Amino acid sequence: MTSILGISAFYHDSAASIIIDGKIVAAAQEERFTRKKHDSNYPHKAVEFVLKYSNLNLSEVDNIVFYEKPFLKFERLLETYVAFAPRGFIQFTKAMPLWLREKLFQKKMLIDYLKENDENFNDERKIFFSEHHMSHAASAFFPSPFNEAIILTADGVGEWATSTVAVGKNNNIEIKKEIHFPHSLGLLYSAFTYYTGFKVNSGEYKLMGLAPYGEPKYKNLIKDNLIDIKKDGSFRLNQDYFSYATGLRMTNEKFNNLFGKKPRNSKNEKITQFHMDVASSIQNVTEEVMLKMAESLREEYNLKNLCLAGGVALNCVANGKILEKKIFDKIWIQPAAGDAGGSLGSALALWYNEMKKDRKKIDSDQMQGSYLGPEYSQNDIETKLKEIGANFEVMKEEELINKTAEDLSKGKAIGWFQGRMEFGPRALGARSILGDPRSETMQKDLNLKVKYRESFRPFAPSVLMDDVSEWFNIKEESPYMLLVSSVNKRKQITMSPNQSKLFGIEKLNIKRSEIPATTHVDYSARIQTVHKETNSKYYKLLKKFKEKTGCPVLVNTSFNVRGEPIVNTPEDAFNCFMGTELDILVIGNCYLYKSSQDQKLKKDYTSKFELD
Amino acid sequence: MSFLVEFWQFLKVRKKYWLLPTIIVLVLFGGLIILSQGSAVAPFIYTIF
Repeated sequence: MTSILGISAFYHDSAASIIIDGKIVAAAQEERFTRKKHDSNYPHKAVEFVLKYSNLNLSEVDNIVFYEKPFLKFERLLETYVAFAPRGFIQFTKAMPLWLREKLFQKKMLIDYLKENDENFNDERKIFFSEHHMSHAASAFFPSPFNEAIILTADGVGEWATSTVAVGKNNNIEIKKEIHFPHSLGLLYSAFTYYTGFKVNSGEYKLMGLAPYGEPKYKNLIKDNLIDIKKDGSFRLNQDYFSYATGLRMTNEKFNNLFGKKPRNSKNEKITQFHMDVASSIQNVTEEVMLKMAESLREEYNLKNLCLAGGVALNCVANGKILEKKIFDKIWIQPAAGDAGGSLGSALALWYNEMKKDRKKIDSDQMQGSYLGPEYSQNDIETKLKEIGANFEVMKEEELINKTAEDLSKGKAIGWFQGRMEFGPRALGARSILGDPRSETMQKDLNLKVKYRESFRPFAPSVLMDDVSEWFNIKEESPYMLLVSSVNKRKQITMSPNQSKLFGIEKLNIKRSEIPATTHVDYSARIQTVHKETNSKYYKLLKKFKEKTGCPVLVNTSFNVRGEPIVNTPEDAFNCFMGTELDILVIGNCYLYKSSQDQKLKKDYTSKFELD
Repeated sequence: MSFLVEFWQFLKVRKKYWLLPTIIVLVLFGGLIILSQGSAVAPFIYTIF
């Protein structure tokens, strides 16, 4: 038995994963344990969890892999500062203390941290470092159901690479080409995230959600000035307009002048049609780059399958466009496409690419629905709920599913906590808030009363795999909510001429389809197909809901409030339930009504989390 | 010590000997730089370093 622990840390989303003889056993992000969104510290608790889940002490683990190479990153930093000198001096003075104090000595730092997990750990020969984009590529290819595929990874930046093309064949990945810093699609998108007043590295989803409210009016302006896109999708960014390589902001004065406005200050400036048009424009440009890359890679390598990872692969609208164009026969996207997934990828890269182990199962998805986190037994749940002072009813599974489906059909907002927690940023029916998508007020209510987030943000539908093509223009599986498609024409409600004239956010109040709560203003939806094999309880719930209402779709949003990491423990779930206007909480086989709870247990909840 | 060996190997593999003077200067003035605190710049910039 060979166990490999993968770790990602110190930048965005710290996480730990463990594989045993190539099988993915457990994976989790640190933020879920520490309750600090995008926690970037060493993932103590995530490491503790994956070890406990696999019944191992750290000293018993055979190899430990860190998801990127610090020396290579340091090389990039130094060369960048030299190349831009004297412009990057301010950033240099910020970065160097950090590097000379700790980051350059990451191996030692890692050993010290690992010792905190297990004081007997003392074998530094077990520690390896994988390249950032190799980690992403491995996370995208090895768990995929493909024997051969093109792997495209794109994010902000790793060491040098910002986009990578690799070819995966059986148990080997070969990197073919790279685009290097400072030319980065991820950073370009983040620059616009910053410019439109959202938080870099978490507000990108918002920008994507905002895009359908606008028109791509600035697309040519962006293409003429900011990015030079080549025929094959490779690109160069005009650094005259950006300051991320040298300064402490993403964009500069010249960028502001180009668009005629300063970056939006989210504290005192509202989102206007201008920001929606900017969002639409950058989304359009991103899609163009991704599509061109996909088309040229298909032609160049003549492989039928595509694997995607890296933060840009979370841009499910662009992914949906690649699918829609049928450039590749099949697409598979790593559900933890961001840096958290690098922990898993680095472990897989060592096992297959370095140790040359055989890939045994190559015909099925090895992510197990991405349900790789902690789980709680019915006993644990009941004990915990009693300790907290919750009032609950225990039901048999069949009764529980029937009751949940019934209450959903009555318009109740329900917290749904079942089985192992998801790995990756999406809630997939293990730590989810569910609602009736047919309700015209559900989107607004969930946004404003439950999630406390901006009312323009759309919700995603979970749909039975068997019914997906009946309701959406997609036949393919989308188990990880990473593909966007449109609602089937038959289910759409055409806008009247007057309604069509409405602009931006005004369109939000129009009923656009039979499932308005999960239909965006452009009729698109970020789909999660639900499969019996990976989440049978959720599948049964959708079946029951369909039986009662004729609709095999549910609103599925992550179980948290704005700025909070998704809930992890029954206690987190209860706190979120009591701190929001959720009506019902279903944990395991326990059923909790808000109205039956001791009102003293209500807490001021949202102020605990910093808005993102 | 193992750090220096590993870093030297890294420079050899990458053929980036020209970085060495920069690094030596950095280490010499490192003490000064370390004294100044690096602050969080997260809300404005993607963490590129």
